[in-house]
Amino acid sequence: MPAREGVYGLLAEFETPGDLVRAAQQARQDGWRRMDCYTPYPVEEAAEAIGFHRNKVPLLTLIGGLMGGAAMFLLQVWISVLAYPLNIAGRPMYSWPAFIVPTYEWTILWAGLSAAFGMLALNGLPALYHPLFNAPNFRDGATTDKFFLCLEALDPKFDRAETTAYLEKFQPTSIVEVEY
Amino acid sequence: MATKEVKPADQWVDPATGEYRVIAPGQTFRSITEKITRIVLTPHTPMGWFALFTVMGGGATMLMVALTWLFLKGVGIWAISQPVAWGFAIINFVWWIGIGHAGTLISAILLLFKQGWRNSISRFAEAMTIFAVACAALFPVIHVGRPWLGYWLLPLPYTMTVWPQFRSPLMWDVFAVSTYATISVVFWYIGMVPDLATMRDRAQSRFAQYFYGLLSVGWRGSVRHWMRYETASLLLAGLATPLVLSVHTVISFDFAVAVLPGWHTTIFPPYFVAGAIYSGFAMVLTLAIPLRKFYHLESLVTDRHMDNMGKVMLVTGFIVAYGYAMEAFMAWYSADHWEAFCFWNRAFGPMGWSYGVLIMCNLVIPLTTLWVRKWRTNMTFMFIMSIIVNTGMWFERFVIVVTSLTRDFLPSAWGTYRATKWDYMTFFGTIGFFTVLFLLFVRFLPMIPMNEIRMLLPGAKIKPKAAVEAGD
Repeated sequence: MPAREGVYGLLAEFETPGDLVRAAQQARQDGWRRMDCYTPYPVEEAAEAIGFHRNKVPLLTLIGGLMGGAAMFLLQVWISVLAYPLNIAGRPMYSWPAFIVPTYEWTILWAGLSAAFGMLALNGLPALYHPLFNAPNFRDGATTDKFFLCLEALDPKFDRAETTAYLEKFQPTSIVEVEY
Repeated sequence: MATKEVKPADQWVDPATGEYRVIAPGQTFRSITEKITRIVLTPHTPMGWFALFTVMGGGATMLMVALTWLFLKGVGIWAISQPVAWGFAIINFVWWIGIGHAGTLISAILLLFKQGWRNSISRFAEAMTIFAVACAALFPVIHVGRPWLGYWLLPLPYTMTVWPQFRSPLMWDVFAVSTYATISVVFWYIGMVPDLATMRDRAQSRFAQYFYGLLSVGWRGSVRHWMRYETASLLLAGLATPLVLSVHTVISFDFAVAVLPGWHTTIFPPYFVAGAIYSGFAMVLTLAIPLRKFYHLESLVTDRHMDNMGKVMLVTGFIVAYGYAMEAFMAWYSADHWEAFCFWNRAFGPMGWSYGVLIMCNLVIPLTTLWVRKWRTNMTFMFIMSIIVNTGMWFERFVIVVTSLTRDFLPSAWGTYRATKWDYMTFFGTIGFFTVLFLLFVRFLPMIPMNEIRMLLPGAKIKPKAAVEAGD
């Protein structure tokens, strides 16, 4: 865990998603790795540009769904065969077709919960504090109509003056230093 | 250069692509954000909101009175008895949960089919789903007679070591409805997180900043987060799609698994699902038409939305018509005496008037008029039509539940059914309760998904650098 003081990074603000994507592509090409883009709606091209291609949400969903379905099926079998067998009109105890509906429902339930909360967990949310919220122009723009590129201080290439000059080349609306 | 010839005069056609626009032209990221957040963040609640809240709050209070009396006296205050043991409670349950289906259809199935027009209406349609499911879930719980023992439906280890019977469709129902409610709430909330972050950032009062700040869990719009978010949304949509088809299917099993003539039929699952979507879209229209007029959202919820919803109603209405036709056909073709009598009794028996209402409201009126595009984009017409279809769908459930039960196999066991004032108070009370919940939603949460609308704007398209430099 890095010390939470000093500079978090430099934040460049852009007016259009196209400008952001071009800047991010160039930065990635120039060897930047510790960086992120902030947009008011999903911009797939920006994620591609910073080299973020795959995520683990589908895997979590699959595991959650399989576990939910298996748990429900086994619970029903245990109840209906072992814990509380009910003989109704001589039907078999292990009547698996009758157990499919709750199994199906729980597969969906736990897959859905895993997708939703797994996504939040992988994103590190809830996180009510983040250094970026200290940037004066971030909160007005990032969730409304501005597009941001943040080059983070943890990247070995980071140097306050050089990086500012580097970002100037992309002609952003503004460049702001973000403090922890 | 345009690849398609378009009429330049038509402002609803996008000249760049030749496609029909979903939302009105000339809007920017900031203008739509302001339009939607202002409805919630304004300190001035419109008088009309208070007026409707008072009236509908009266309805919700009536529900509380009816429930209190029910808990004191028991289900005997309703008209349920032998042979009609499933009265209004089950009719209302099926009706309400059917209404919910349109919300999930709009948010899940239309998302998978990449129907951009759904973006404007998905949020409040999902809210409608949740509140409708809340009203629906109330009915089986109060119908069991001792609602404080409702937890017996769950497989919980308690002192009597009694476990539920999983071979019963009523148990399946518990799991179908509880899963549906949970997934709907999660889908709705996850979809709202980025918009809640927008609300947090635009709120002026300290309280609102904290309120939306907590709800938005610190969303900051990182593209890494967005990509996981998009994956999760797609997966949730993919999971909600089989769910929306399964819930009313399982509910139809409550009827279809029984041996009663008029219930014991294989057409029930598809016909229940189509009916659910039919009534659900009607309810979306009932809510959307006054909402867009009152809050001036015509540029976001456009005539095209009304037109499309009218078309969906037309299609599902015809599937429902097929269901009715098949019921009649099978009554004859099965050569089953009881089945044939059941159909005759539905249509021409002492309660034949209710079958007449259903045929008029669900088939004759909507399926002859919804063909006309001019009428589909006429708000007064569509509003009246939505009320007619909702009435018709309520009567469909009335016909299925009541007429089948009043006259089954043994004529000596026949009976009749006449709802009591407590039945009516509970039913109309849930309409009040539903509207109160919806009014609170409209006042405190963003009712149109801003982050999805932004993607529909021309500014969201990423142009190649050459085009930018050429000033295009």
